[in-house]
Amino acid sequence: MADAFIEIASVSKSFGSVTAVDNISLSIRKGEFFSLLGPSGCGKTTLLRILGGFETPSDGKVMIEGQEVTHMPAHLRSTNMVFQNYAIFPHLNVEQNVAYGLRQQKLSREAQAEKVSAALAMVQLEGFEKRGADEMSGGQKQRVALARALIKRPKVLLLDEPLGALDKKLREEMQIELRILQQQVGITFVFVTHDQEEALTLSDRIAVMSEGRILQNAPPREIYERPCSRAVADFIGQMNLLDGVVASVDEQISVSSAALGPVSVGSNNQTVRTGDAVTLAVRPENLSLSDVPTPGGLAVTLKASAYFGDTTHYRVNPLEGDGSTLDVSQQDYQGSDRSGDQAWLHFDSSNFLLLKD
Amino acid sequence: MIRPQFLGGCFDSAGLMNNATSKPLDRLRSSLSRRPALRGYLLLSPTLGLVGALMCIPIMAMAVLSFWQQTGHMDFDMSGTVQNYVEALTRDMYRVLFLRSLGISGLTTLATVVMAFPLAYFIAFYVKRHKMVWIILVTLPFWTSYLLRVFAWKVILGYGGAVNSGLIALGAISEPLTFLMYNPTAVVITLTHAWATVAILPIYVSLEKIDRSMLEAATDLGDSPFIRFFRVTLPLALPGILAASVLIFIPTVGDYVTPSLVGGSDGYMIANVIQFQFGRGSNWPSGAAISLTSMTIVAVLVAVFVWSARRLSGRHS
Amino acid sequence: MNRNMNVAARILGAYAVIYVAYLYVPVLFLPLFSFNDSIYISFPLRGWTLKWYQTMFANEALHRALVNSLKVGMMTALISTILGILGARAVTRYQLPGQKPVVAMIMLPLVVPEIILAMAMLIVILRMGGSLGLVSIAAGHVLICVPFAMVVLMSRFEGFDRSLEEASYDLGENAWWTFWRVTFPNVLPGIVASLLLTFTISFDEFIMAFFLGSTNPTLPVFMWNQLRFPKLLPGVLALGACILIASVFIVLLAEWFRRRNTSETQTGDMTIG
Repeated sequence: MADAFIEIASVSKSFGSVTAVDNISLSIRKGEFFSLLGPSGCGKTTLLRILGGFETPSDGKVMIEGQEVTHMPAHLRSTNMVFQNYAIFPHLNVEQNVAYGLRQQKLSREAQAEKVSAALAMVQLEGFEKRGADEMSGGQKQRVALARALIKRPKVLLLDEPLGALDKKLREEMQIELRILQQQVGITFVFVTHDQEEALTLSDRIAVMSEGRILQNAPPREIYERPCSRAVADFIGQMNLLDGVVASVDEQISVSSAALGPVSVGSNNQTVRTGDAVTLAVRPENLSLSDVPTPGGLAVTLKASAYFGDTTHYRVNPLEGDGSTLDVSQQDYQGSDRSGDQAWLHFDSSNFLLLKD
Repeated sequence: MIRPQFLGGCFDSAGLMNNATSKPLDRLRSSLSRRPALRGYLLLSPTLGLVGALMCIPIMAMAVLSFWQQTGHMDFDMSGTVQNYVEALTRDMYRVLFLRSLGISGLTTLATVVMAFPLAYFIAFYVKRHKMVWIILVTLPFWTSYLLRVFAWKVILGYGGAVNSGLIALGAISEPLTFLMYNPTAVVITLTHAWATVAILPIYVSLEKIDRSMLEAATDLGDSPFIRFFRVTLPLALPGILAASVLIFIPTVGDYVTPSLVGGSDGYMIANVIQFQFGRGSNWPSGAAISLTSMTIVAVLVAVFVWSARRLSGRHS
Repeated sequence: MNRNMNVAARILGAYAVIYVAYLYVPVLFLPLFSFNDSIYISFPLRGWTLKWYQTMFANEALHRALVNSLKVGMMTALISTILGILGARAVTRYQLPGQKPVVAMIMLPLVVPEIILAMAMLIVILRMGGSLGLVSIAAGHVLICVPFAMVVLMSRFEGFDRSLEEASYDLGENAWWTFWRVTFPNVLPGIVASLLLTFTISFDEFIMAFFLGSTNPTLPVFMWNQLRFPKLLPGVLALGACILIASVFIVLLAEWFRRRNTSETQTGDMTIG
């Protein structure tokens, strides 16, 4: 990529016999909010630590702003990290923590104090200068860690699951603040998380990782609406995944699935031939139910329902199918939701995705 | 100035060094950073080396010596014989001393653990605030002079000591009681007191670690507090009890100070004969053989004890 | 149920008080009789005196023994703490293959009877033509102090989060500055505690000092030699009382350092099993 700010080229990292990062190539643009998303153990933290200089790749190269940094130690890199547990120095107070990285700049006392108070103002921690590390909440520690890293004016800020330790409400608040802060300072953020909602909310681009590889690297909307594989579809949001076989290939592709019978779908950039085993994917919100028979409606039996406030989930079982179930998310279903009741399922086959694996 | 660099190197983490000055050093560093285990062992090597030099080599030397025969002052017949071991295992005097040492230590261990358990239980479950004060209070004597703690009992139990003179002063007895001192009972009493602090901490830690919800679960499932103690608390405290027992039993078998001060000839233990053989007895090989025999016996007994205790409590790991 | 709990708490509380009395009272007989104006250690007490302390402090041999003990104690504390730092750092930082047996070996001197360790070292020293003295005593003391130093420092290092050092590197400090600005201030209390505790152990230790020493004794051996003369016994009590008070003071200081900045829950420091 021409405008690559961070370039990761064929990077691998093994620990003993375990391959944590498996031949990953990746470009990140300047000023981008980039997320590495995946379950624990997928190699996302290792990749972040390679960027920070805490791990040396077994193979491959890392460039930042055109300069190779593969073997450059952490303390010489222009990257800074917000650690998962924040790593606030317990023997220093807030002010001393934030000023920690300024020693080499040999600033005057006033200049340093000015920088520190500006950094604390940025994360809304004015007045906390003399607090000790053990007198702060998780959210406050996180702000100190942010201020401490940003005061260094890094080219890249690395964030290792920084919101993981916070409770849900605070986490959502911090997500918004983090996004605003990133746009304010214009620094490239590389953000590691296992929380797909968090990644979708915050990122300009997401790389979904599994077992040391990148499954898909795309903007959030594309990741959500057009996952490229069954694994990504399964990991991001709720998704009905149905086994099927390609019946015919024309302008439209006809797939026959045991659950729904024949369905015509768009190609979704996948090349398939008649007889291929494929997966049909459809999100619960793209299905709907009615309690009276309608043309094109598929008769189903209700198995269970769960109320979520803004929506209700229904688990249904097509009468004619092989017994596999589908989840439907709907706000305004009027019918009875007792288990065993009958209903009619509607879908628009253009919402179906065709996945090859 | 080598020191700062050396220290800095030791406290550096794997793979973060960059200011290498020479090529071979560079290569060593990179091979170290790729093999953190090697780095760790390098860091551990002075400690390990010292323990090896001060313990392992001397014990091996002792083992070699135990197969020799003393022929004169610092002169040995090095042809090799098991005679010393045969004597250590067959001579009546040694057998009496072995059995007495094991008996005294066993009783001491039992008494110490039984006495310490309620206290540890109290601190773990009933002390809410100032736990640390209690812990420091009961462990403080451990760090004070062992010799003085034993010596205190000589002052208390002696012929003209505190107990006898006190009872005489009160008119309870007219002649000093002679059975207080210079017998195995005095040794057990003294050892129990001197080692008391060692038992409390391991038991306390194992009790403190018990998840309180487990006890609630046991109650919830129908156990009375009494039954629950035997079905849940005690089995979970077993590792601490075993640790305490081992930490007391092994060293007390070979204790020298206590039998020498309060044991008298009836209370002599195996350490006294070891000391005699290396000292006035001038039979080092015999002393070495007795030392190693007693260590082996103790090791086997401890292994059997720990194994059977775990079996009894149903843990097969 | 609640009433049962209260009764149990009261019984156990009473037991605890009795137990602590049992721990301390026997030892308190030493200072008690050291102030008694009688050469015999017996009741009833004859009256208050400081003369045993005066005669003790005037004893030249005791001064020499005290200096010997201080020398050995400082040597031991310094060496065993340095070895403890290296060892504790190694086992807490790296996952060493075979770590358990290796650590168990370092801890072994805690349980092997000291007389056997002393005799084994005696064999090697004399066979190799070495001489006995303060250095051989210190060697013996280092062997039994290293496990304690390791335990104290390991608990400190375990509480020390690896990511703190990484944060320091990340903020631009190299290994040397990271050590001084982050590692050292955080483990310092543990190091001081280790120095104090190993000094106390060495200062009070008798067996190694008795068998590995020359005719120039340390304080505990000096005391032991005095025990043969009944008329010197009150002086020994006075000396013992002083040693006890010094030990208690040093240990409390060590505990204070050891518990600084650590939460109350970290009490497992002394478990070895």
